[in-house]
Amino acid sequence: MKFVKKHLLTIYAIGVFLYLFIPVALVILFGFNDVRGRFNFRWVGFTLDHWENVFFGPVFGGVPGLWDSMLTSLRLAFLSSAIGTVLGTLIALALGRYSFRGRGATNVFLFLPMATPEVVMGSSILALFLALRINQGYATLLISHIVFIISYVVLTVKARIQGLDRHLEEAAMDLYATEWQTFRRVTLPLIMPGVFAAFLLGFALSFDDFIISNFNAGPTIQTLPLWIFAANQRGIPPEANVLGTLIFVITVLVMLLNVVWQRRQSAKTSV
Amino acid sequence: MTTTTLHEPELARMARRRAMVPYLLLLPGIAWLLVFFMVPILRLIGVSLQSGVYPNYEFTWQWDNYARLWTTYGSQVWNSLRFAFAATVICLVLAYPLAYFIAFRGGKWKNFLVVMLLMPFLMPFLLRTLSWKIILADEGIVVSTLKTLGVIGPNATLLATSVAVVAGIAYNFLPFMTLPIYVSLEKLDRSLIEAAADLYATPREAFRKVTLPLSMPGVVAGTLLTFIPAVGDYVNVLLLGSPSEFMIGNVIQSRFLVVLDYPVAAALSFTLMTVIVLMLIPYVRATGTDDLVA
Repeated sequence: MKFVKKHLLTIYAIGVFLYLFIPVALVILFGFNDVRGRFNFRWVGFTLDHWENVFFGPVFGGVPGLWDSMLTSLRLAFLSSAIGTVLGTLIALALGRYSFRGRGATNVFLFLPMATPEVVMGSSILALFLALRINQGYATLLISHIVFIISYVVLTVKARIQGLDRHLEEAAMDLYATEWQTFRRVTLPLIMPGVFAAFLLGFALSFDDFIISNFNAGPTIQTLPLWIFAANQRGIPPEANVLGTLIFVITVLVMLLNVVWQRRQSAKTSV
Repeated sequence: MTTTTLHEPELARMARRRAMVPYLLLLPGIAWLLVFFMVPILRLIGVSLQSGVYPNYEFTWQWDNYARLWTTYGSQVWNSLRFAFAATVICLVLAYPLAYFIAFRGGKWKNFLVVMLLMPFLMPFLLRTLSWKIILADEGIVVSTLKTLGVIGPNATLLATSVAVVAGIAYNFLPFMTLPIYVSLEKLDRSLIEAAADLYATPREAFRKVTLPLSMPGVVAGTLLTFIPAVGDYVNVLLLGSPSEFMIGNVIQSRFLVVLDYPVAAALSFTLMTVIVLMLIPYVRATGTDDLVA
């Protein structure tokens, strides 16, 4: 009892971490479930069939449509995050490196998309496209994803810019570098880890988005979350769990590598 | 630079060009947000006052669309508020000790623990939410334990109830609560707590009079960041609830995508947005936008 009292906080924290990880563990576990019937909510027995089916089945991904929706999501996430990162980084440079009229208002304005419930954002963009008689499809999906990515990119890159040592840029200018050369040779390399982190964040946000896509994909495009949602009505095949497991493992590795890289970069620049 | 002499007009022109730079940097991104975010939101006002039958809606100052909020959708509004409130409270109870643990006991593992906190959210959203169907299933461990303990009746279920919906929302928004609290605890000046101890405060008093008040900005930020997305959520209800748990987000979604009743959907959307902005204004005024999201 004394032990429990002394380590109460630690035990509580472990409990919360368990709460966070149990659902994830179940997704992974049920990819190995020898499921009977359509619904995969009850443990039956261990099998590797679904893993085998994903890689060596008649269609890659094991189930028709699953892998295609995955590719759609990857393409969409890459493109929307790339465009969002460029637009957001430019804004972050303006906010982090210049003082100008309207700076405060710009900060507040950029905060709005993050404060807006996704259902409001998704539906209002849909209403605009309906009024303009623009058909739902890949373009509308891409446009709407870029909208919600930009603010997060600005935030991430701005934090990096504000943490920079201004003297490095001043030193470059003192050595007769033009403004462009200073940006290209000093500023950009220094903010690159922040830009890359912002790209990853945007990618993850887009890849996992359901609500905005629900409103703006239209009937012909299916992202992975939309596919899973549709499959849920008739029972999600365990192959989706297998794919989820792969996504989880790969993104965890990318995240850890990025943390290590960021730490190396900041160790380099802080010397 | 030192050898060439620049004439006044040239200098002025260069200064003007320099002053233009930030605006040119802002232009593409801000233009994108104005066209595809601000215009759509403001257009909602116009759409929300239309009336008619799909697809022929006309602007007629149809204020009745707003009255529907309480005449027709009172129970969904109530569900949104109470589910979001319950989920926010659960998140706070789980998040504060966790953030405290990471900030004060994390040591060199601090950053790793923050990564651990975010890691579950790399599992696709729909799959990790549907996991709660396994956890709360009728013959699952949670239901049978609660039955044995007599907390719920022998025929009770948790799936397709408000319990399942709140569990899903609380699970999905926990990091939004934990991170701001962690940040405020992390940057708290430790010497203040030591000073309290030096002045004979017990650990409990030091926590109540120093740590807790100083971490309040994080608590407020976390509460807003949890409550706001929670109150507009509709996916957790679709996955874990039933139509009797529908929230205002569900009404907006089905009005827009199923019933094609755009005016009422727009009125509900605009109201939701306005309520949230009104909630945020005092906070943003007091602390600026940076603290809420940093």
